[in-house]
Amino acid sequence: MSEVALPLKLRRKTTDQPADEFEIRDYLRLDLFPHFLCPGCGHGIALRALLWAIHDLDIKKDQLAIVSGIGCAGRLSAYIDAHTFHTTHGRPLPFAAGLKLARPDLHVIVITGDGDCLAIGGNHLIHAARRNLDITCIMMNNEVYGMTGGQVSPTTSLDRFTTTTPTGNQEPSFDACALATGAGASFVGREVTLQTTALKNLIQEGIAHKGFSFVEVISDCTEIYGRKNDLGSSPEMVLSQKRSILPRFDGTAVDKPFRPGSWETGVLSREDRPEYYAAYRAHCRKVLGRANSK
Amino acid sequence: MSATLQHSPQRQSLQGNHACALGAIAAGCRLFAGYPITPSSEIAERMARELPRVDGVFVQMEDEIASMAACLGGSLGGVKCMTATSGPGFSLKQENIGYGIQAEIPCVVINVMRGGPSTGMPTRPAQGDVMQARWGTHGDHPIIVLTPASVQEIFEQTIQAFNFSETYRIPVIVLYDEAIGHLVDTVDLPNPEDIEIKNRKWATGPAEDYLPYAPDADGIPPMPLPGDGYRTHTTGLTHLETGFPTQVPADVDRVTRRLLDKIENHRDAIEQYELSCCDDAEILIVAFGITARAGERAVNIAREKGIKAGLLRPVTLWPFPERILQQLAARAKHVLVAEMNAGQLILEIERLCAGATPVSGINRFDGETIKPLEILAKIEELNHE
Repeated sequence: MSEVALPLKLRRKTTDQPADEFEIRDYLRLDLFPHFLCPGCGHGIALRALLWAIHDLDIKKDQLAIVSGIGCAGRLSAYIDAHTFHTTHGRPLPFAAGLKLARPDLHVIVITGDGDCLAIGGNHLIHAARRNLDITCIMMNNEVYGMTGGQVSPTTSLDRFTTTTPTGNQEPSFDACALATGAGASFVGREVTLQTTALKNLIQEGIAHKGFSFVEVISDCTEIYGRKNDLGSSPEMVLSQKRSILPRFDGTAVDKPFRPGSWETGVLSREDRPEYYAAYRAHCRKVLGRANSK
Repeated sequence: MSATLQHSPQRQSLQGNHACALGAIAAGCRLFAGYPITPSSEIAERMARELPRVDGVFVQMEDEIASMAACLGGSLGGVKCMTATSGPGFSLKQENIGYGIQAEIPCVVINVMRGGPSTGMPTRPAQGDVMQARWGTHGDHPIIVLTPASVQEIFEQTIQAFNFSETYRIPVIVLYDEAIGHLVDTVDLPNPEDIEIKNRKWATGPAEDYLPYAPDADGIPPMPLPGDGYRTHTTGLTHLETGFPTQVPADVDRVTRRLLDKIENHRDAIEQYELSCCDDAEILIVAFGITARAGERAVNIAREKGIKAGLLRPVTLWPFPERILQQLAARAKHVLVAEMNAGQLILEIERLCAGATPVSGINRFDGETIKPLEILAKIEELNHE
């Protein structure tokens, strides 16, 4: 038997003070590179936009908690130099809720995918939206279960081929933003990866928002989904995504029916309503104060 | 008016489930995430009233899975967390219990057992989750399961559950049946300063070389507190001492073995049991929870009749107190396992007796508790053999 190799030590940055200018390497665990993402995957661009937003918000890495589920998007948390939690399939939102309730001082951000968030974790999404705890949920939508080899997801467009829809998908898909808005999310937005600056600004607004914020990132799965559906190379996929968006900048509520392949982007809805933890604490103090004065 | 621990020591009339809630508060639990389910709901109801008084948080989550997840998330944030459920909810929580074991997250799960399988009998007692508590989640894993037998003990064992979970960094399950959960009995609440409270070890020292899953000499790694500068990764994937996943066979073997040994090597500190009339027992009764109370009564009547019967009551169901059982069984002519299921704990007893002593069972799974006279009848039958 050969000697058991001791685990690699992680190169750690001793400082929590990144440079003024955004430098993505300041926020990554570079020892884990090369990363596992396929060539052409949009998730890396979304990750960059997220880290850039965190930088511009001046959030300290020691105050940052990233909670992710299972799937390609779920794996992203490991690459971020913060407190990272790679949880069970579909459950990052309730894990994040517990963490935020225990530690309201932390910035808690959830990274999830369309299968993780809308299928197995769908119940958690609507209740997180209703509860309005101060968590930001970033859902990467690539319309497919990539990690498991390309099965149909709740956001797969009509007639698209996947390994479990060999003759083309016949199920209607979710409009995740309409779902989140309907469930009461106080901040909802959507952006495509090609518009990285707009995506970064949207995520930044979402994190800055007090309450539950939901950001859908239209990502692309070139290798597994694009290839099977003849959607072209990654640049071709993101360009066709850009052509199918309908940017909104006024922040008013969406009242149009969802049309697959046509996404409204930007801030889609925003509402100021009491943040859950602050409201819970204030309510308890008020009621207990009343009981004590009797 | 609801009780607080402010005026202790005091004697109170409490329902089992309320005693559980007060035990949790006394142990330092400051976050409860739950979902209503009979016959455990009174725990959540009491926690909802008590937690705001101690600046804690009560949250009713959207489902059983979410409440387990929220407990683990809260514990990772550094707060002692608890959830409570019954059979169907316990089934739903299993995946995340496994996550808690793999990622070594302290927390307490109360399972007030009711009749099963499936929806079963929500308001009737049972002891059918013996094996689910041990093996409910997939894969090789250690577990600690405590089984109180009285309202007083529910209070005490809930505190003990927190202490074990903090000491060994593992979800601890408190398993009791509906009969004790809804039993109202007198409980002596100790002074808070007289209660032994254990807290997890926190990581100290430089963050530079910190390995979150490198164990101390006792096999248990200290936990990193978010905000303390240890920016670590937590995952349910099999992971190295760094916290990052591995599939290298030698590494997987090492880290999984450490996880199992973490509890196995501390059996002596964890195993708890109670003996009654066991010194010269020829007929050894093994029973836990409410059934142990019937067992004790049966043993007392048998002794009055001159029959040498004794009772072994495991308080830690898992790890099962193996050595004492083997010692007592070696001296006994017969081992009798009484349990409110079709025969679960008996499998472990038979394994431990390994054919050396005959083992038989008294089983009920009709929603009724096993009565002392039923056990006594069996004792007398065995005595005449």
